[in-house]
Amino acid sequence: MQGFIYPNEFELQWGLLVVLYPYLTGLVAGAFILASLERVFNVKEVEPTYRLSLLTALAFLLVAPLPLLAHLGHPERAYEIFMTPSPTSAMAMFGFVYAWYLMVVLLLEIWFDYRENFVHWSRTSTGWRKWLYRILTLGATDLSEKSLRFDRSAGKWITIIGIPSAFLLHGYVGFIFGSIKANPWWSSVLMPVVFLFSAIVSGIALVLFIYIWAQTVRGRPVDMLCTDKLASFLFYAMIVDFSLEMLDFIHRLYEAEESITILSQLVEGRLFNSLIVLQITIGTVIPLVVLLLVSPALKKGGFLATTGELRRMLYLGTAVLVQIGIFSIRWNVVIGGQLFSKSLRGLTTYKVELFGMEGLAMTLFLLVLPIIILWVLVKVLPPWLDGEKGAPSEAG
Amino acid sequence: MPQQVTRLLVAFALVGAALLIARYFLVPDTFGELGHYRAAAVDSIRNLQKSYAGRQECALCHGDVEAVRSASNHRGVSCEVCHGPAAQHVANPMEVKPVIDRRRTLCTICHAYNPSRPTGFPQIDPVAHNPQTPCIACHRPHAPEPPSTPEECGACHGQIARQKAVSHHAALPCTTCHQVPEEHKTSPRTVQPTRPTERAFCGTCHGEPAMAGSGIPQVDMRTHGERYLCWQCHYPHFPEVGR
Amino acid sequence: MKKKEVTGMTVDSGMTQDPGTTVDSGMKRDPETTETMEKEVDRRAFLRACGLAAPVILAVLKVPEGLIGQEAIEGAEREALLYAMGVDVQKCIGCGRCAVACKTENRVPPEEHFFNTWIERYVIYSDGRVVVDSPNGGIDGFPELPEEGETLRTFFVPKLCNHCQNPPCVQVCPVGATFITEDGAVLVDEEYCIGCRYCVQACPYGARWIHPEKHVAAKCTFCYQRLDEGLVPACVEVCPTGARLFGQLGNRANPLERFRRFNEIQVLKAHLNTEPKVLYANLDGEVR
Repeated sequence: MQGFIYPNEFELQWGLLVVLYPYLTGLVAGAFILASLERVFNVKEVEPTYRLSLLTALAFLLVAPLPLLAHLGHPERAYEIFMTPSPTSAMAMFGFVYAWYLMVVLLLEIWFDYRENFVHWSRTSTGWRKWLYRILTLGATDLSEKSLRFDRSAGKWITIIGIPSAFLLHGYVGFIFGSIKANPWWSSVLMPVVFLFSAIVSGIALVLFIYIWAQTVRGRPVDMLCTDKLASFLFYAMIVDFSLEMLDFIHRLYEAEESITILSQLVEGRLFNSLIVLQITIGTVIPLVVLLLVSPALKKGGFLATTGELRRMLYLGTAVLVQIGIFSIRWNVVIGGQLFSKSLRGLTTYKVELFGMEGLAMTLFLLVLPIIILWVLVKVLPPWLDGEKGAPSEAG
Repeated sequence: MPQQVTRLLVAFALVGAALLIARYFLVPDTFGELGHYRAAAVDSIRNLQKSYAGRQECALCHGDVEAVRSASNHRGVSCEVCHGPAAQHVANPMEVKPVIDRRRTLCTICHAYNPSRPTGFPQIDPVAHNPQTPCIACHRPHAPEPPSTPEECGACHGQIARQKAVSHHAALPCTTCHQVPEEHKTSPRTVQPTRPTERAFCGTCHGEPAMAGSGIPQVDMRTHGERYLCWQCHYPHFPEVGR
Repeated sequence: MKKKEVTGMTVDSGMTQDPGTTVDSGMKRDPETTETMEKEVDRRAFLRACGLAAPVILAVLKVPEGLIGQEAIEGAEREALLYAMGVDVQKCIGCGRCAVACKTENRVPPEEHFFNTWIERYVIYSDGRVVVDSPNGGIDGFPELPEEGETLRTFFVPKLCNHCQNPPCVQVCPVGATFITEDGAVLVDEEYCIGCRYCVQACPYGARWIHPEKHVAAKCTFCYQRLDEGLVPACVEVCPTGARLFGQLGNRANPLERFRRFNEIQVLKAHLNTEPKVLYANLDGEVR
């Protein structure tokens, strides 16, 4: 502790779990927006990742509320958010945004895309799988041309609604922080926008990583046109995201409001490693330089000629660095905003527990859980149709 | 309507119905009566147990003490400050008795010297002021006027006295500049000492050529800061100039 | 000179200099002020004449009696009756009895990290440093000055929940577990709070905390359990110097009335527009 903090501020209110939650919802929004690139904007190159993006979004969306539940003082009362939501509370309204996104956007889109498969698989599978697929068809077994056309059209419209919904999903998380006038580190008009673009960045990077990794594990060829396109989009998104962050930074320094003294101490001291080193240097600048040089974002074939093999490795590494960078952003916003006193006269520290509800172990578990769920989803709802039309591919 | 739509509508309708049924059971009865909250909560909070009785309660039985105290310098000090929470004593006067702390440490909570306390609040240095003796040996808690009036102004005006003691005005007694009626020592807020009102007062020592040669700084009163009163720039209790 | 205009009649509230307040600072009246004052006298005489004429004119115009009758004289509308607290910073001696009484009355955990109310000490040194501290909320008293140096100003400031009329904590509570009552107290429903801690983040004053055992939000309640019986909050009850006053806005017969009339009132973080109802007199600009 340094300087003066209000006596009640000794303990950080929102810890690692609340850092994790915007990270997870960001991945959801980002993965979905990537999927929508193919459907709505007809970016054909990324078609191999379409279903994978949706399943990734679903896996992470299912896990996203868990850190919130775990950190509540009374998780058994969590239903109150849906029963008596306060109309002025961003957090309460977010419950509905989440429900809307899960039910009306993501689940529906997946359903419409897979319905044809469900019907086929319900007829060709045996045992519990047969029943699972039968239930999943919801009884809509019409496979006429007209019906399938409706599926595709519905999917497209849902994606169109889905894009602003995804923006709303993660922009809202930004608003939850950005609307707190009591906290000068959070209170900013740019907060929802920065959150959204960093979500897009993390989502694209995640899908890029999973695609390359999954294809490698399955022994399939990696479609370099696809990954090049993903890398290009990642680059563009990162440029916008970085510009917004720099804008916020410059604006703060220029206006030099009362909070600038304590916030400067915060950034130069407590947040130096997580912000200057992890977020900016490792998480943004290095990936930008790599992508600038090897991806076709600004020049066809990139500025440096590379083999597909090398480029794949670089993309993989870049995607990992980006994830570290985006996680650091969440850390710097959530934890950073609580490391200084609202009296603007002091700083405190955050000690991460190892075990316990808010500990490192729980966080790692919640990071791994979506991967496990994704693995299950990939088994049950295979995104790759390498075998005959409509048949699930081999175990991947 | 396409088959998909009908199936989906049924599915959503089922979910919606489940939510409505859940609402009926889960939303508390009094929610919304007074605002977006459970009205019953206000009553629960209203009915919490109290620990402090309030000074009016003490006066009901201890009127004699109250009469003495309300005429003394401790008239603003409520009984429960020193004797602790008394609600249980009011409920059960014979079995539950309030605390009577007779140690010095009780009085020094308020009266030990601390520079951040407002000037004029009676303060003593616990180390120097009759050490080892209980405060109540000389001061009755319900009428704490000191047995003899303090001679030093610094007894109450500690911050000023300490500052003056290390200044160029250290050798000057307070009465040099302030006329202090005797009643000020017993009724400090109603009877106030005087303060100088004119530049000429300071000029009696500092105006050329009044005390030339004595070592006292001399200025020409006609030109030196002539639109201001001296103490607007020079703090009389620490009149040093410069950094 | 303070004036209160009530439907055409001028009621001079008067500036009474009561014994015990500060002595005349010695400012002389200049001719301009005298002229303005004379104009005021003329204006008052004119308005008084109008006031006398008003009932006649209105009666002639057949305005209903009630409009010009007793209600008009007894006063313009007052604010809604809302609980509020007045704090005179110059009277606080930093004894910490308020913090102790509050912990007892409201069963606040005794640890150093949970306070409904606490005392802060400000020390402004001659070299410009401002040092603020609040060791155990002021309960154990304040040791010698926190740092070396010549002090320019030093004082104590009691802090507590401001029971804002525009409370950001109530705004953000997702479930309606914290709310403001019709009589102006901001309270927490312990049975309904889910412990999300959003309200703690939203409070600009650091007034809220999470109960370590109940896992719900908690804060000063203005000792709501004492108010119905005409008792004052525990902190006000035990304050030995009368630095804390409690009463209602909009109620003439309570200590806040005089407090608000004769003091320059400030609130904490006014720029955030939370409309706090803890009114400070003699609040230094360094206080956050």
